[in-house]
Amino acid sequence: MSTTATSPVKPQPEESHTPAQSAKPVTWKLPVTLAVLAVVAFIFFGLLGPQGTAKFGVSSGGDFFQLPAIEVPAFLSGMVLSVILLGLAGYALVLKANRNQRPPRWLPVVFTVVFVVAFLIWVVGGARTPSISLAGLIAGSVTLAVPIVFGSLSGVLCERAGVVNIAIEGQLLGGAFTAALVASLTHNPYAGLLAAAVAGALVSMVLALFSIKYVVNQIIVGVVLNVLVSGLTGFLFSTVMQSDPEKYNSPGRLPIIDIPVLSSIPVIGPILFKQSVVGYLMYVAVIVIWIALFKTKWGLRVRAVGEHPQAADTLGIKVNATRFWNVTLGGAVAGIGGSFFTLVAIDSFTKEISGGRGFIALAAMILGRWNPIGAFFAALLFGFADNLQSIVTIIGTPVPSQFMAMLPYLVTVFAVAGLVGRSRPPAADGIPYVKG
Amino acid sequence: MVRVLKLELKGITKRFGSLVANDHIDVVVEPGQIHCLLGENGAGKSTLMNVLYGLYEPTEGEILIDDKPVTFRGPGDAMAAGIGMVHQHFMLVPVFTVAENVALGAETTKTGGFLDLDDTRRKIREISDRYGFDVDPDALIEDLPVGVQQRVEIIKALVRDAKVLILDEPTAVLTPQDTDELLDIMRQLKSHGTSIVFISHKLREVKAVSDTITVIRRGKVVGTADPDASTTELASMMVGRAVSLTLDKAPAKPQETTFEVKDLTVIAPSGQHVVDGISFGIARGEILAIAGVQGNGQTELTEAVLGLHSRVHGSIVLDGEELVGRSVKEVLNAGVGFVPEDRSLDGLIGTFSIAENLILDRYDQAPFAKGISMSPAKVLENAKTRIEEFDVRTPSGSLAAGTLSGGNQQKVVMARELSRPLRLFIASQPTRGVDVGSIEFLHKRIVAERDNGTPVMIVSTELDEVIELADRIAVLYKGKLVGIVPAGTGRDVLGLMMAGVSAEEALTDAAGKHPAPAPAPESAENPADTPATYPAPAAPSVQEPSSGAVGDHHD
Amino acid sequence: MTENTEPRHSAATDPDPIPADQATAPELEPLEDDEAFVTSLDTAGGAMQPSAVPVSTQSGHLGAPEESESVLRKIFTGNGMVTILAVLLALILGGLLIALTDKVVGTTAGYLFARPSDFLTAVWSAATSSYVALFQGAVFNPHGTGVAGQFAPLMETLTIATPLITAGLGVALAFRAGLFNIGAQGQIIMAGILASWVGFALHLPVGLHLLLVLVAGVVGGAVWGGIVGVLKARTGAHEVIVTIMFNYIALYLLRYLLDTDLFQRPGESTPISPILDPSAVYPLLFGSQYRLHVGFLLAIAATVFVWWLLNRSTIGFEFRAVGANPKAALTAGINVPRATILVMTIAGGLAGLAGVAQVAGTEKVLTDGVAATYGFDAITVALLGRSSPWGTFAAGLLFGAFRAGAVQMQIQTGTPIDIVLVVQSLIVLFIAAPPLVRAIFGLNPRKKKTATAGASKQAATTGGAA
Repeated sequence: MSTTATSPVKPQPEESHTPAQSAKPVTWKLPVTLAVLAVVAFIFFGLLGPQGTAKFGVSSGGDFFQLPAIEVPAFLSGMVLSVILLGLAGYALVLKANRNQRPPRWLPVVFTVVFVVAFLIWVVGGARTPSISLAGLIAGSVTLAVPIVFGSLSGVLCERAGVVNIAIEGQLLGGAFTAALVASLTHNPYAGLLAAAVAGALVSMVLALFSIKYVVNQIIVGVVLNVLVSGLTGFLFSTVMQSDPEKYNSPGRLPIIDIPVLSSIPVIGPILFKQSVVGYLMYVAVIVIWIALFKTKWGLRVRAVGEHPQAADTLGIKVNATRFWNVTLGGAVAGIGGSFFTLVAIDSFTKEISGGRGFIALAAMILGRWNPIGAFFAALLFGFADNLQSIVTIIGTPVPSQFMAMLPYLVTVFAVAGLVGRSRPPAADGIPYVKG
Repeated sequence: MVRVLKLELKGITKRFGSLVANDHIDVVVEPGQIHCLLGENGAGKSTLMNVLYGLYEPTEGEILIDDKPVTFRGPGDAMAAGIGMVHQHFMLVPVFTVAENVALGAETTKTGGFLDLDDTRRKIREISDRYGFDVDPDALIEDLPVGVQQRVEIIKALVRDAKVLILDEPTAVLTPQDTDELLDIMRQLKSHGTSIVFISHKLREVKAVSDTITVIRRGKVVGTADPDASTTELASMMVGRAVSLTLDKAPAKPQETTFEVKDLTVIAPSGQHVVDGISFGIARGEILAIAGVQGNGQTELTEAVLGLHSRVHGSIVLDGEELVGRSVKEVLNAGVGFVPEDRSLDGLIGTFSIAENLILDRYDQAPFAKGISMSPAKVLENAKTRIEEFDVRTPSGSLAAGTLSGGNQQKVVMARELSRPLRLFIASQPTRGVDVGSIEFLHKRIVAERDNGTPVMIVSTELDEVIELADRIAVLYKGKLVGIVPAGTGRDVLGLMMAGVSAEEALTDAAGKHPAPAPAPESAENPADTPATYPAPAAPSVQEPSSGAVGDHHD
Repeated sequence: MTENTEPRHSAATDPDPIPADQATAPELEPLEDDEAFVTSLDTAGGAMQPSAVPVSTQSGHLGAPEESESVLRKIFTGNGMVTILAVLLALILGGLLIALTDKVVGTTAGYLFARPSDFLTAVWSAATSSYVALFQGAVFNPHGTGVAGQFAPLMETLTIATPLITAGLGVALAFRAGLFNIGAQGQIIMAGILASWVGFALHLPVGLHLLLVLVAGVVGGAVWGGIVGVLKARTGAHEVIVTIMFNYIALYLLRYLLDTDLFQRPGESTPISPILDPSAVYPLLFGSQYRLHVGFLLAIAATVFVWWLLNRSTIGFEFRAVGANPKAALTAGINVPRATILVMTIAGGLAGLAGVAQVAGTEKVLTDGVAATYGFDAITVALLGRSSPWGTFAAGLLFGAFRAGAVQMQIQTGTPIDIVLVVQSLIVLFIAAPPLVRAIFGLNPRKKKTATAGASKQAATTGGAA
């Protein structure tokens, strides 16, 4: 009988493997994803890169000082940048292989930025007219990102409290419709803006009612709400708005508020200081929500509810009330975002005007790791892709615009499959809380 | 300095539908006392405390504080009244720091609602110093060992100025040594004027620390007892009849060793070696019990045998067949019966019918399936037989398994696993959350399987169960095998081993301390005679001295 | 609106360990669907299990003798009644919406107090005339020419129901395995792309051509769904996100292809493909007077197949086990990743069948509207059908009728088609919340506690990467 006990161990209080590490496994996902992307970049942006020169205009006409346009040789910079990408990916691989460490946090960010720059040079360098205005591109990206940012903030507010929000699309659409209707009736776009917030909140309240009070699966409610809002706005558009567009569907636009001098700073001036109210509100919302979530008592409680509702409950925090109001607030934020479509972008409502931005917002929230600032930058990235899509059609590049349009979705798939591996959604996200 | 507080529960009744969880319970907690609520799993202790803590509203009855009736609409009210609670499952947010967890719900803020965590940190240090806790306010909870997490829970209550502290089964997750430290902390708290309501079903701890004991059975107070009462007395009060703490089983007749584990290492996704170079064997016809505090690799060990882990080194051989690298299905088909530790999570599908659950790992085999086509009639037929054989209390096999009580669910799992010819039987926590009646039944079935000539491996964190069932006991600590000792090894020796002390040292240690603190009396009842009736199997070095020492130790 | 801000006290789901041990015999009454939810309490650790599906449908129907007698009870007290009431409620609300925006109602509201009867009559007639038109457009039109004309609407309903049923089955099947397949839309598109290409680009003999079209479409959908399964199984990517993204990727791919010589009809500037060969399209079932094609028979066959798969096959057993409790499935030796990939592949294939029905049956060309909104409607169809094969079939017929009737309704009364979306989504919302429906109709929830507790477990969600 070989019933030998192995060498008995002495108690070792300070053992190297504490439970601390068990929560955060280091995977191959990120390094491998980066490596694949770097190789793709090297082949397309580098080896197969265009030979021409890419020209980027930096200043626009109204700037109070003019900067010269940046001209870069497309092939050379493609090579250089893709080699940098290879280097970064290699570093990540080495870290994982040799020391089983995850790459530092800056690495994916730097990688993304370099990749985007290389991509941009590749696209522009290979275009019929290899010249674009960088300032215009960035300003346009920010503009297109506005509803996505608001939508993703709505997602952050809901999911940090533990309610999955698939209904962002519906909240945006509801906001857009109501903004148009109310602004038309009152002849006051600001009233429209307010009404959009209320409409978004109402959509959210339905989500909250069904998912919290009736504990219906949150994803089901979200999916169905999108259909409901789409049907409702479509129906009212056809019956009400179309019956007298002058009266019901002429909201007028929110004025662009131009802050003198500051708005003339090249590149960042138009982005930060030449926006509509909605645009300014976006910056405010990102910062305020970030501070509120991470620096205040309210935020601590909200996050506790999203992470461990039982714990919050035992400390006297009203879990479902917190969730209800957070979801409602999220809806209001998304509603404001929806008003962008009808009060800023164009000045009337059409069916399905939100065009799937709600889902992109959902993606931005995930890519931004449930953090308002992360979501903001992810939304900017998507706005950038959206803007580039229309620009490439104009300057005539070999890349079909449909593929540009596809990009945010592809990036998101990559992200959920690889890059986001480490980021955790709030632990109780999507799980209804029913008191014992 | 401290306002002390008298707490009284009067006629508390709590019903859930037709179920009466608490039936007119009266308890008085005198100021500055450690008051124990003793009762089996499921006796209604936790419900009562949740009523007291404002988590449930009582159906009838009232709570009096200093003789004045109070109503708690939520835990907030209870805390405001000076009641704090440490839950059985810690109520800590894993991704928050200690300070954030302590602050939560009782935040100090600067103007504008901004958190003032410095204030919380200061309070944490203050309390840490007073009681000698070593807690870093800025550590993340998920990085802390359970013992420290428990202290954070206590700090949480103290920061809120708790005068009465409810501890709900606080020792379930602790090593015997950690447990002793906790008992010390409880005495300290008491000396600082905090009353403690101590909920437990572990007689040794209860006797060690309580001032008063109230015994609860099936939702009713069956009486109060003195801490000096004998273990058997307390046990029979708790269970409601005279209990024999031992199981009648014939001595094992071990045959050849057919199951062998060699240098087994299991690596978690984190890279941690959760099972670390373990070797042992189990003979046909013997029960090897794996003892240890929850989370020391037992779960992973059984899962590795079943083939649930991908990063496994070493070898697991059953009847000459290597099991490492096999899929779960192949392992099951090789004749391994497996009862997972959490039946509702791993062992059963609550929404499936009992009949379907009874074939959960054989749904694709004859006679239940031909090719990919299943035969419902055969499935139901099988259910009828098993239900009868294992005395599952249900009107029909087509009911959902989730409708069954815990004990009956466990019978379903056991019935499934034991109803085919086995070459190895593994059961984790075979009787967790199971009523006493079913425990006896299940234990008998396990012993019967052993007597059939099957090697049996039992994993249990309940020392009582280990002692009762085992023919040999292997103790795991931090993924390593501390040693294998024969049945009848003393409880205190096992306790030390569970804290990582090697068997030899544990024996000398326990023997050395012998005269000072009286050894837990209840252990005298069973191990004292088992070694006599059951000679330890011919054993390697560690085991030799133990049988003698244990004998001495207990006489 | 605000009473729900209070935390819910009513649901006594898991009063610590006691009930498990003490509640023995009395709890064991024959299952009704609501109670079935309660039954899952002990699996309550299962808060993390993705159980998208009403628990009642999780267990296979083993033809237990007890079952037959409770069927009647089930209909009157359980979900059957709730379903009917939910449909009724949604129709009433839809009717109110129609009336609210009706011109005559608006005019009569102006003198509401002078002659309230006018107002009420206007409300009634606005709502009913729309619904009558809907019915006439969906089932039976008494003004049709001859018997054939009178039944034309029914045929149209079946035609539209065909893709709804098959795509709905795809969603339902995935639900049963605990997966939210929001991706039927993309799967239909991919199927449409492949099937139509085989249909117009290859010129093959009769029979073989259609068969190849069918295979190409099903494979297209299956691959598109299967990739999601692989991503889920291998990387843990949440299928809700992935399928949503895949819908858009498929749509832009389709738009791109319709822009290329490969797919665009020569001489056309609009994105439209050549017409499929006559040998590549489904034969019509009742001659050229109706659009109803063989695809409908395939939809019936698919329903039978899914029923058999779920309730009578080992594969279905695995799917259901994985859906109800993946950890227990794993412990029982079921290969969960394989089941995940397989179920998404089959689900995609079923949605692909819908794509084939579109290009080879109804449309006969490929446009970027090939999937219309069938993929999203499929989700509501599966939910209304409670993820059971025949339930999905019936729900597909109902929503097909709505769709078909809505066209007539719009022509006859000017009520926009969008009302169908409203009614459809309301139905699903109400069905998902039985307590709400019962409360609205004043049906005393017999056992309030168990009912709500049950609903909670129904909701017990999908992890939550979303």
